[in-house]
Parts: sequence; structure tokens; C-alpha cells
Amino acid sequence: MARTVVIDPVTRIEGHAKITLQLDDDGHLVDSRFHVVEYRGFETFCEGRPFTEMAGITARICGICPVSHLLAAAKTGDKLLAVQIPAAALKLRRLLNLAQITQSHALSFFHLSSPDFLLGWESDPARRNIFGLMAADPELARAGIRLRQFGQQILELLGGRKIHAAWAVPGGVRSPLSLEARDWILARLPEAQATIRLALELHKRLLDGPLQQEQRLFGSFPSLFMGLVTPEGLWEHLEGQLRFRASDGTIVADGLREDDYASFLAEAVEPWSYLKFPYYRPLGYPDGMYRVGPLARLNVCDRIGTPWADRELTEFRQRSGQVAISSFAYHHARLVEIVACLEAIATLVEDPELMHGRVRCRASLNHHEAVGVSEAPRGTLFHHYRVDDDGLLTKVNLIIATGQNNLAMNRTVHQIARAYIPDPVPAGVEIPEALLNRLEAGIRCFDPCLSCSTHAAGQMPLAIRLVAADGRVLAERCRG
Amino acid sequence: MSVITLQVDGRDVAVPAGSTLLQAIRAAGLSVPTLCHLDGLDPVGACRLCLVEVEGGQRLLPACASEASEGQVIRTDTAQLQGYRRMAVELFFAEGNHVCAFCVANGQCELQDVAVAVGMDHSRFPYQYPQRSVDASHRHFSLDHNRCILCTRCVRVCDQIEGAHVWDVAERGSDCRIVAGLDQPWGEVEACTSCGKCVDVCPTGALYANEDTTAEKHPHPERAHQLRRAREHQQWLR
Repeated sequence: MARTVVIDPVTRIEGHAKITLQLDDDGHLVDSRFHVVEYRGFETFCEGRPFTEMAGITARICGICPVSHLLAAAKTGDKLLAVQIPAAALKLRRLLNLAQITQSHALSFFHLSSPDFLLGWESDPARRNIFGLMAADPELARAGIRLRQFGQQILELLGGRKIHAAWAVPGGVRSPLSLEARDWILARLPEAQATIRLALELHKRLLDGPLQQEQRLFGSFPSLFMGLVTPEGLWEHLEGQLRFRASDGTIVADGLREDDYASFLAEAVEPWSYLKFPYYRPLGYPDGMYRVGPLARLNVCDRIGTPWADRELTEFRQRSGQVAISSFAYHHARLVEIVACLEAIATLVEDPELMHGRVRCRASLNHHEAVGVSEAPRGTLFHHYRVDDDGLLTKVNLIIATGQNNLAMNRTVHQIARAYIPDPVPAGVEIPEALLNRLEAGIRCFDPCLSCSTHAAGQMPLAIRLVAADGRVLAERCRG
Repeated sequence: MSVITLQVDGRDVAVPAGSTLLQAIRAAGLSVPTLCHLDGLDPVGACRLCLVEVEGGQRLLPACASEASEGQVIRTDTAQLQGYRRMAVELFFAEGNHVCAFCVANGQCELQDVAVAVGMDHSRFPYQYPQRSVDASHRHFSLDHNRCILCTRCVRVCDQIEGAHVWDVAERGSDCRIVAGLDQPWGEVEACTSCGKCVDVCPTGALYANEDTTAEKHPHPERAHQLRRAREHQQWLR
């Protein structure tokens, strides 16, 4: 008899989701789905509000990456005002985003994912977390926590608080960097760099050792990749233009402006998930599957542009391919991006312009419609606003990084399920804990933020469900 | 100038005849929370936060709008009063849409301060989530009806200090709202001098400058008193 396996909820991710595995009458896997089961509706309740509030409102979508929304909203606001923000403001925003990417990637690697790698897939789930890591390797756990703190402290030094600082505003930012803040960042940089060097060495050892199978089986498939690059094709996180690259290295589209996103992106909806399925419009749905985020950013850029990060990028490509197609490489990509961020932060904070002069332009409404883009830690984030003559929002569309990885996350879950669950699944079988964990880990590669992508609150628990062909739930495992 | 004496929370105090109970309370070195009251504007007793007990009295009196009289014994901080004040503040929050997180007045909001002062940590009344609009038609300022508590400071400052009388109160009950001109978009009201006094005295984020974003409002409620003193006594003091 056909049945469905359900993992509900998925753990150690940001938000609420479940996974279902559909089996046919003979117990063969026919479909795997990653369901996002939370709903928020930010796009609708922002309507009628002044566009100047959007940085403050949309930052509240998420406690992990409020900065990404803050920056996308501020950039969209710049365009509605039709101002070119002061050079110092642009550099300060870049510093904010670099710190945000650093802290978020550190959270993903050390707090959420490394317990799987270091404690083992089969280890006790009750200890397979940051606390278990603290007990097993307190130095590494401490270093990881302090690396995240480094990023968060920069956010606080700039915006006055670690989360939800409404510091970036349409027209620029509210305040320059203080001398004390600069000195603090410079003093802590060597420790942050030492931590990421340690993490990279550790991760590469694991890739050469116990994690070889995961690199092949965790979401390894061809797809498009999208991300911002500079006009010279370098790694970019706030400005520049969009580029699509295929798995064979071909640049499918380049120099794309965010204003034209509707011409190359479209969103599909499935009845079983609150998370939309964006796709590359010219290839249609679902063939237009593309991935965003750290892996995509490293795949689309020609190089990063700073020496250490470029050395790491070269090694990354030697290990995972000129275009890395395994979703497991997201973890390595995150570490390389932290290197890039730390190098960029080191350069930026030495720039005296960040501490003086004009950081904000004042203007009134000049345009009725604008699209802003930023590279969030998890990928490209679009904010699209339409306003009336008084600057009140009439239409809001937010395209979130996690959503853009939705097709790839589903594909990854299916690939892992195919690789690890027995075929056929014997009747009445218990789902092994290690399988449950690997399915979750497949999702964790993407470091999804469902709070953002469904525009929801709380920790992300995981659920797996085994469903029969007639819809009956035969087995269910929940963690949260 | 004749003087009257009374007792506030056990303290003897002497104030000029014609003083309000609020002035007597302050003269005694004490305070009660207020929202609609503002020095420099005529009192209306709308918010009911300054209610006090008068010994021998049958009902509670709004201190801002009640004249002190000789020999009164006033109590400002009884358990009953504390309960009423907290209830009043809870009702303010329940009847509007007050979202501090991204409000322009966050950190500079008298309603927020009063909520802290009366110990409100939640509202026992169900939130009404009314459908209200934002009037952003003025070139410099906006009125967000979601955050308006109908204190009428804007109505009074525009009438009594600026002399333009742009603002009024329309409708009744839960439909009650501030209107500009003859219930027109604010930007179309020719009487408005764009002086911004209404924005200065608004105790919440209901009235704000268009260029201000989250937590950027810097109100100046003291200006009503400064201007009135300047006009009536030719004293230009800060």
C-alpha cells in the first residue's frame, strides 16, 4: 500500500517546515516535498503605509537577517526619492551588509550545521546542537560564537542595536562610524580572521574525510545560479547587476537590472506550501530552477577581488568544480564568503570617509515605483514598491532568497531520500533517525530563512511524514 | 493675589486662587500622569489619566480641568486610581493600532511613557484593529489616524496658539477622528500655515514630519507654553 513519510517539524533552521516522502503501492519513493507551513502576509499589510516606514517594517520580518531587508528597503526608498546617496553612506551600508553576512554565516556554520559534521549524523539528536558542540569542542564553539558576535557587534556599533536597527534610511544612513567603533573593529579583526582560518582548515579536512558522500548526494544537480556581480564581474553584495550562470559555466544572462526583474523572474505557487516557487522566466516552470546565496554568488562571479578570498575561491573551485553544483558546497561557500567579508571590512574601516561628512540626502517623493536589491546572506533579495502621489504604498512585492531556492531545496530532499531510504520501504518500517537528520541537513545546506520567505516567527522545527497512496499517514516523526 | 490652601497626599500646599488641582499637585512636588493636558493650552479633560479623589466628593475629578478650592483634601495615588489609570491606557492601546516597533515616535512617545508609568505590560481588552488611514497629502507633514488618541492637542494648539483652526473632531464613538478643514485632505486646506505646531505637540506618532522614519520624531510639546508666555507676557524664555 502506498504511504507518506512526514518529517514535521524540520529543526535547526529559521522558521517552520515539514518534509513529506510519498511512496507508491510497492513502497517505492515517488515524490519528496519540502513544505513551508507558516504564513505572514507582510506584503499585504504594508499597503497603505508610507514608503519611508518600509525599512523599519520589513526589518521586522526577520531577527536573523533584518539588515538585508533594511538595505533593500532603503535602496528602494532612494529610488523613490530619486537621489544618489552620499559616497560615505554607500560605504557604511556596505560595512553593515558585510557584518550581517559574517554573523549570519557564522550562525549557520557553527551553531546550526557543524554539529552534524563534528558530532556525526548518527549522534544523539538531543546533543547534536551547539550545546553538544560546546561539550565536545569548547574552543571551537567559543570561537564560532565570538565570530558571530564580531559581526553582530558591528551592526550594533553602526545602528545602535544588534537587531532591527532602522539605521539605513531612504537617502542614506543616520550616522557615520565613530572612531571608537572603528578601533574596536580593528582590534577584533585578527581574532575573527584566525577563527575563519581554523574553520576552513577543519571543514576541508572533513570534506576530504567523512563528508565525501554528502558532497555527492546532498543536492548535487545542474541548475542556474543567480547573484549580483560588479561591472567587472567581481563578487558583489549590495550594488552591481545580476548575472545568471549555468552549471556548465555559460553566462546565461548578464548585466540584468533589478528594475527589470519581472522580465526574467516569475513566481509559481503550489497548494502544499506557503513558500512560492520563483523560476527563471525564459526557461519556464519548473525548468527555470535556479539557486541563490553563497554558492551562487561564488559561481556567478569571475573572482572575489581580495587576495585571501581569491585563494580560497580557487581551492573551492578545484574541490567542487568551476561551477559547484552540489548544494553541500553551500557550507564551504559560506566560509569563503566570511573571508571575503573580513577582508572587505578591514579595507573599509581604514577609510576616513566613513567617519566624516554627509551621510544622508533629504528629498521628497519623485517616483511612483521602484525596485531595490541586496544580497542577503541567503541570497538575492528584491523589494518592489508602488506608491501613490502621497508616498503611500499601493503594491508591495518581496522576493526572498529562500523562496528562490525552493525548487532546489525540494530537489535536494528528493535526492537525499532516494540515496538513503531503502527501496522499496518495507511495510511498517520505522524511519531511521539518521535518515531524518540527513533530510534536514539537506535543507540546512541552504540555511533557509522561512520567516523571511513567507514574509514567520520562531525557530524552525522539522517534521517528516510517510503517506500512503490513499492519503493515510503511516508514519510520522517530529522534532522541534 | 489671594491664596488658597489644600492638602495633597498628606502634604499641605498653598496655590494662587484659580489654580487647577493639577497645578496644586505639582506645587506639592507630586505628579499625576497626563496625556491631553499641555501647559499653554486650555484643558479639556479628555484622557482621564489625571483623575484624583477629593475627600467628601462623590466622583473622581480630572485634575487638569478642576479648580482647586480652599481646604480640599486630595488623593492622587490610591489603588482605585492606579487601576483606572492603567485601564485607561490599556483602552488607548486596544482601540487604535499602536505598533511601537516601527513608529516614528518610538522612544519619544508620551503614550509609551505613560504605559510604562502605570505599569501596563499588556492590554486586558481585545485589540480592535480598526481600519484607519494615513493622510500624507501635506507637503511636509502626515497624520496617521492609527496612532491618534484624540487628545485634541493639535486642535487646540492650531486654534489657540497659531490661530489657523485647521483641525477639528468629527463623528462620534469609535468613529471619532481628527479632521482637517472641512474634512478635506490636509494638503488641500488653505488655512494651514504649515507651521508644524500640531506636530510639535502631538504626544504620539500620529502627526509627524514626512522626512522622519522609525524613531526619528523629536516632538517639542514645550513650545505651546513658550509661545503663549511670549505672546501674553512678552517673555521669550526657553
